[in-house]
Amino acid sequence: MTTGDLLGKILQVVMGLAIFAAIIGLLIFFIDKAPKRGRDYWQLAGFLTPALLFLAVGLVYPAIRTSILAFQDSGGAFTMDNFIWTFTQPTAIRTLINTIIWVLLVPTISTAIGLAYAVFIDKSRGEKYYKVILFMPIAISFVGAGIIWRFVYEYRSGERDQIGLLNALVVTFGGEPVQWLQTDPINTFLLIVVMIWIQTGFAMVLLSAAIKGVPTEQIEAAQLDGTNAWQRFLNVTIPGIRGALVVVVTTISIATLKVFDIVRTMTAGNFNTSVIANEMYTQAFRASEIGRGSALALILFLLVMPIVIYNVNVLRKQREIR
Amino acid sequence: MSSVAPADLPVSKDKGSLEAAEEAEYGRPKTARVKKRLTSRTATIVSLIIAVLWTIPTFGLFISSFRPAELIRTTGWWTIFQNPGFTFDNYAEVLLSPSASSPQLGAYIVNSIAITLLGTLIPLVLATMAAYAFAWIKFRGANALFIFVFALQIVPLQMALVPLLQTFSIWLRPMQAWLHDVVPIIPEQNYAPVWLAHAMFAMPLAIFLLHNFISEIPGDVIEAARVDGATHGQIFFRIVLPLATPAIASFAIFQFIWVWNDLLVALIFSGGTQDVAPLTQRLAELTGTRGQAWELLTAGAFISIVIPLIVFFSLQRYFVRGLLAGATKG
Repeated sequence: MTTGDLLGKILQVVMGLAIFAAIIGLLIFFIDKAPKRGRDYWQLAGFLTPALLFLAVGLVYPAIRTSILAFQDSGGAFTMDNFIWTFTQPTAIRTLINTIIWVLLVPTISTAIGLAYAVFIDKSRGEKYYKVILFMPIAISFVGAGIIWRFVYEYRSGERDQIGLLNALVVTFGGEPVQWLQTDPINTFLLIVVMIWIQTGFAMVLLSAAIKGVPTEQIEAAQLDGTNAWQRFLNVTIPGIRGALVVVVTTISIATLKVFDIVRTMTAGNFNTSVIANEMYTQAFRASEIGRGSALALILFLLVMPIVIYNVNVLRKQREIR
Repeated sequence: MSSVAPADLPVSKDKGSLEAAEEAEYGRPKTARVKKRLTSRTATIVSLIIAVLWTIPTFGLFISSFRPAELIRTTGWWTIFQNPGFTFDNYAEVLLSPSASSPQLGAYIVNSIAITLLGTLIPLVLATMAAYAFAWIKFRGANALFIFVFALQIVPLQMALVPLLQTFSIWLRPMQAWLHDVVPIIPEQNYAPVWLAHAMFAMPLAIFLLHNFISEIPGDVIEAARVDGATHGQIFFRIVLPLATPAIASFAIFQFIWVWNDLLVALIFSGGTQDVAPLTQRLAELTGTRGQAWELLTAGAFISIVIPLIVFFSLQRYFVRGLLAGATKG
């Protein structure tokens, strides 16, 4: 990077800020100077138009356009080929299967570990520090996490010392080192471990807060009834945090369906590890198969939609109860 | 994207859950605590094991980034005491070395900062304005429109990429070319598409979260200002912005982390050159091309991790709140 480049970049930021400030300033100025008649509508338009414009250009139009593109061939004629390809090609089917494996494993395991951890550290000494440790991966980018774990899975051939922790452990216990990321099907599960590593902290923090919301009276009453810790957990705590559990599982499911960066960074979808979001990128932007990419995006949308709707309903009901 | 409203989360109570936990601990009589600790020894051990398991991968990366390249390549980082060695060379190499085969991360750090700055500011301002309009300017169809905006959260990013890229190449590309002609110092590939894309994708969640907060400002305050003849512009700047600062801060931090850590939007809209591409994109590229150069990857990864981690540790309460509120963006 030369000094000129740097100057150009700083100039861009300054210009960007200046233009943006000028647009907003002008907008506010005209909002306040709007004609008396129908003033409220002018003001409304001033406040709302920029955001709605961004939404229309960035989400509404693209979503409609992608839905159309999914049913077109490269010439623009109607076709179902994109979907037929998705559900018949072995590699594409593998992508769908992998996505299902991801979405079955990540939410359940993350939630289970997060819940166990939250219960175990509840009211213990140093709870704060325990929490920070598990939660920290959430601040790390998926790319960073990908590199961290690639290093754990690193492979050295022959008699050389292993520098990846996993292979070092395998060798210590007398096994043969494995090229983890190239070995199907274990590689998909190893990528899933990375996602679990990231999401468990999220589950833990949410569930821990919910556990603290369970009324102490209920727990004490159960205690007086002579129940043991496990029974109290099963019959008092779990029902008490049901809402939070649903939110955690659905939220992680959605994030998992859309997982892209981890697969991209660690295997780029090779060795049968691809998932829908990664395949969508590969098809649309690497292979220039816009139709297939759009079909995959549409499938992703259809998979996410019911979970989101369910989630919204749960939240609404919770609010009504309160 | 989903819709986890902060108001519905138990965590978003005034006190961060971490503080609340600590208080609970001190509130208990000492004997109870001792008894509890004795009975839950297994629990302590299990949670210790989990905590260690969770830390080791990052710890290994951190240690390795300070080891000489030769040692990283031949020995495991856990043998640091048998094979001692400490160096800043890896960091110097990834940051300062001008040679073409080096990662030259300096330029990408500047890009990451530039992208994050406006990629956070633009949606924040526009969404706050829209949230104000939805909450405090009465108009017909306000509810239906708000629900529609809210519902847009279910559109995954992947649905928007191809058409938005086409839109940009028709409308934005000529402007970028013109700007390059007028100010040659600004390359033809500039930050504008990445800024705009981040702003657009952030909008539904931002409006929704800020609306939740802004609509809870007492109506009397706004009414009184209206009666005194204040315009909406004045109310927005003098009353709403100051009162909504905590919510704005939470969303700002969430969006900051999101943009800083993003790979997908950068891949599609940055063009991948030194002129625009952020740190994450460069690192992802390096894992592809220099996947065995661990001295570069470890140091590079740690540089990219360190800024969100600083934010995480210093603004933890806001961070947790913002992150939980928007955990499913994307």
